[in-house]
Amino acid sequence: MEPTGFGMISAILALPIIGALLLLFLPPDNSKGIKWLTTIVTGVTFVASLALLKQFSSDTFHFQMVEFVPWMSSLGIDYKVGIDGISIWLFMLTTLLTFLSSIFSFYVGKREKPYFLMILLLETAMLGVFTSLNLIVFYSFFEVSLIPMAIMIYIWGGKNRNYAAVKFFIYTFAASIFMLLGMIVMAKQHQQVTGVFTFDLIAWQSAVASGSFWQNTGNLQMILFWSFALAFIVKCPMFPFHTWLPDAHTEAPTAGSIILAGVLLKMGTYGLLRFCLPLFPEAVQANTNIIMILAVIGIVYGAIVAAMQDDVKKLVAYSSVAHMGFVVYGIFSLNHVGIMGGAYQQLNHGISTGALFLLIGLLYERTHTRAFSDMGGLKKQMPNFAALFLIVMLSSVGLPGLNGFPGEFMAMLGGFASAFNGSFGLGLWLPFIAGTGVIFAAVYLLWMFQKVFYGPVTNPMIGRLKDLKKWEIALVGVFLIFVFWGGLYPNTFLKPMEKSVNAVRQMTLNPAGRRPAWDDQSYEIDEAGDLVQQERLVSPANFYSVTTQDDLMRMDQEGL
Amino acid sequence: MNFPTMDWTILMPTIVVIVTGIAALIVEMLRPKQNNNLIVGVSLVGLGYAAFLLFQQIGAPTATTAGGLVLRDQFAVLAQLITVGVTMLCFLFSEGYLREKRIAFGEFYPLAMWAASGGMMMASTNNMLMMFVGLEILSISLYCLAGMARREQRSEESALKYFLMGAFASAVLLYGIAFLFGASGTLDVSGFREAMQSDIDHLKSFALLGLAMMIVGLGFKAALVPFHQWTPDVYQGAPTNVTAFMAAASKIAAFAGLYRVLAGAVDLQSYYMDVMVVLAILTMSIGNLVALVQKDVKRALGYSSIAHAGYIMVGLLAHLNSPDKINLGSVLFYLLSYSLMTVGAFAVISLTAKGGKEGTRTQDLNGMWKKAPLAAGSLLFFVVSLIGMPPTAGFFGKLFIFKDAWNSGLQTLAIALAINSVISVFYYLQIVRAAFVDDEDVYSPQMSSMSSGLRLTCILCILGIGGATLFAQPILNVTNQAGKELNVYKHDIEDVNDDVVDSSVTPVPGLTGSEAAGG
Repeated sequence: MEPTGFGMISAILALPIIGALLLLFLPPDNSKGIKWLTTIVTGVTFVASLALLKQFSSDTFHFQMVEFVPWMSSLGIDYKVGIDGISIWLFMLTTLLTFLSSIFSFYVGKREKPYFLMILLLETAMLGVFTSLNLIVFYSFFEVSLIPMAIMIYIWGGKNRNYAAVKFFIYTFAASIFMLLGMIVMAKQHQQVTGVFTFDLIAWQSAVASGSFWQNTGNLQMILFWSFALAFIVKCPMFPFHTWLPDAHTEAPTAGSIILAGVLLKMGTYGLLRFCLPLFPEAVQANTNIIMILAVIGIVYGAIVAAMQDDVKKLVAYSSVAHMGFVVYGIFSLNHVGIMGGAYQQLNHGISTGALFLLIGLLYERTHTRAFSDMGGLKKQMPNFAALFLIVMLSSVGLPGLNGFPGEFMAMLGGFASAFNGSFGLGLWLPFIAGTGVIFAAVYLLWMFQKVFYGPVTNPMIGRLKDLKKWEIALVGVFLIFVFWGGLYPNTFLKPMEKSVNAVRQMTLNPAGRRPAWDDQSYEIDEAGDLVQQERLVSPANFYSVTTQDDLMRMDQEGL
Repeated sequence: MNFPTMDWTILMPTIVVIVTGIAALIVEMLRPKQNNNLIVGVSLVGLGYAAFLLFQQIGAPTATTAGGLVLRDQFAVLAQLITVGVTMLCFLFSEGYLREKRIAFGEFYPLAMWAASGGMMMASTNNMLMMFVGLEILSISLYCLAGMARREQRSEESALKYFLMGAFASAVLLYGIAFLFGASGTLDVSGFREAMQSDIDHLKSFALLGLAMMIVGLGFKAALVPFHQWTPDVYQGAPTNVTAFMAAASKIAAFAGLYRVLAGAVDLQSYYMDVMVVLAILTMSIGNLVALVQKDVKRALGYSSIAHAGYIMVGLLAHLNSPDKINLGSVLFYLLSYSLMTVGAFAVISLTAKGGKEGTRTQDLNGMWKKAPLAAGSLLFFVVSLIGMPPTAGFFGKLFIFKDAWNSGLQTLAIALAINSVISVFYYLQIVRAAFVDDEDVYSPQMSSMSSGLRLTCILCILGIGGATLFAQPILNVTNQAGKELNVYKHDIEDVNDDVVDSSVTPVPGLTGSEAAGG
């Protein structure tokens, strides 16, 4: 590919870094200046990402605005970024949540300079994860995001922060280093097939699509699939690798929790969707049942454990385990509705859980406790807060009309359809058990609401609390816009990602030679969701969405 | 009597370093004790000139001089260049540290430069006697330097320990050289080859015995497990700037020597490969595992340097295992990044010296973020690089070594390296944590303020690590020129030993002897 130089995506990636450099020159005691600077920088980044959204076209599944700058070309490591339907909303979510959490962080009263430095660095890292198209660049951003987060927990965390930060760091680092080894093997395999040693995702996928990549490799695909999947499963996190999450969430400062739940967890599901599905089609199909079972265990287990918690943050953390279970459940149902649902649920989980953590943070700034036993009867004291909390909580439950519902419903529908068809060895019992997770979610969240807001006031401190300030209501209000928008008119969000999601599904399910390839511009997904190859439009025989027996025979003859 | 013709360009860098050392010593004698700035200045200028001379020789053709005693190839030039650079970095922050520690002796600079010159000799020879001379110059200077803090018991202990064990290791090396000489009648590493090709069987066993002893002797310097016992004590006891120098410059020299020997003995590979693989795994694992329980930063970093020696060993073995595919690019890149991050980390730790005292326990770093934010930030950066987190040079160095190990069929080593990276996170994080923790700790150690030299060292190391990442491609283009000789050499062997199965290494797939000769 010809070098394109840096463009819009790189500019957005660079904005927080520039902000961080400016921040370095502010004196550490100028707390106001530091906070305002960060807020402005993250705000500008958000606006810039809106401009990116405006340029984004939902008519293609290919990567758009691809930027390519040679770096270590002899090793196949080049700076390459681009955006498609799967990443665009996560990109937007990142800039939005970072902006909002940096506004909340006006509450931070200790060591502001490094704190906001970490937020800015984290933003670049997260945006980089969602846009990189070279695996080493991806890995770099993926790992870099660990450091600021770990430091945030380390320095501004709660009592048990040392343990939580180390655990968070080790879990994710340990899992991803084997992904790195997997990447090297992939690059080598690509070299064996095509003669080019590269870490370019698009090149890999192209070789996978043509079927040459995994020819005569035996178990290799399975091993590499798990080396990738493990890194993402830990990040999601899925049962049984979820134990770092409650610790990290409980100890992290509020902004850290918002970003952690809102964006960092999505890196896991994004990775599954972006890398595992297109690159390891056969392995995905063979292992879907294992991952689905883990997801369902996560849904139910997370819900049950959440119901037992006495700490608000821990409860929401376990509810994240359950919700992310739904995302994975949807994605690995491997049908259109399911993957769309999983991908959509990612965003909504970011919004609802982000908002929940924000509200908990606002409460914590007043009460300095997160234990249910210290609360009760808050509704009378803070009516506005209670109302907002109720809406956000219901969106997390998945009430129709709010944003939690469509994604969860679609994921369930997809999972049910797959199981009903008996595809991939999935049993019908899976969707039924997953369905109970929705009921549990209602149980523990309503329970929490009851314990916090109703009942007698037992703690005299409650009587002194003040309701939300105007700017705080406005801050939560931004979340509420998306809560209603996502619930009432999900098409705004579903439409742009539909083609990319569809293409990824066909990359996974179609037989080799029939898979869409990111580097082959002649492939496109048409309005009906079918794969078409534009050069051959003249011949109707080449319209295909379903591969017939004849097609397969012809492909055999052609030696594909 | 005929003197061999001398190619002075090849010898010049080493000579410049030695002469600068002498000049620095003269300045030291002429100047009052209080101020060593002039010495530092002279030393930096001299070293800078040597670096310039070396820089000019990058890409120059391989040549020998002084009757074959001194060899210039890409590996020699680059290893020497890194050594000189490391020495300069150590000098930059030394003065402030030595003053705080109240041992501002001007002798440090000449001794360190002579040590560096010894290392440079080791890197640029295939002659075992020359290598021994270089090793001794390096070692004896380091023995003195380790004991430089004369009033500290720990420093004296470390010097004595280093001296006794080092002398023993040198003796073993020398004994090995004697065996090689006995087996082949030459002191050049090519003696291994001659011995292997001879018809007399016991010559082979002598050569093998000699090789084993040389590996022990040089492995001691490189701190390979199980010859590493001295490292933590000496690293802890020696003044921090000396430790930084030892961890970087002396390690480069040791690896250069090890490389020369192992490359020369490439047709004994079937004998030593398995042993070296085990040594590399042990070195990585034990280095990291023991570092986990250390309470002293310098000790922890000492063990970390052992672990890193293991990583470098992996790269070296990958090259030796398949020189047709893999050159020394990754090893040199790793040596470069490792030197920068290690020197940087030790430089930051030298801040704990104040008023003649120095605390090196982990908690002695407490509160550094407040007292010296730049130092704390740099420490974070260096540690991140030492862990091997992207996007630092430490990560890319590790990545290249991973790739090499995998490509040359040493998958076990690659996986061991991955597992070790995870283990190492624990103790590195403890170091960073100490520098960043806050009020909860009652213990607040004293810390000297940052000297401008230290500030410069930190900035240069960060720039170097960042630059190595950004410009990895040009750097690799240069470093990958190193190690090409072995490929040619090995093919020669395969031509000669076509039918001697057990002495030659695994045949290179796709390359027959005739093709190789043609290419």
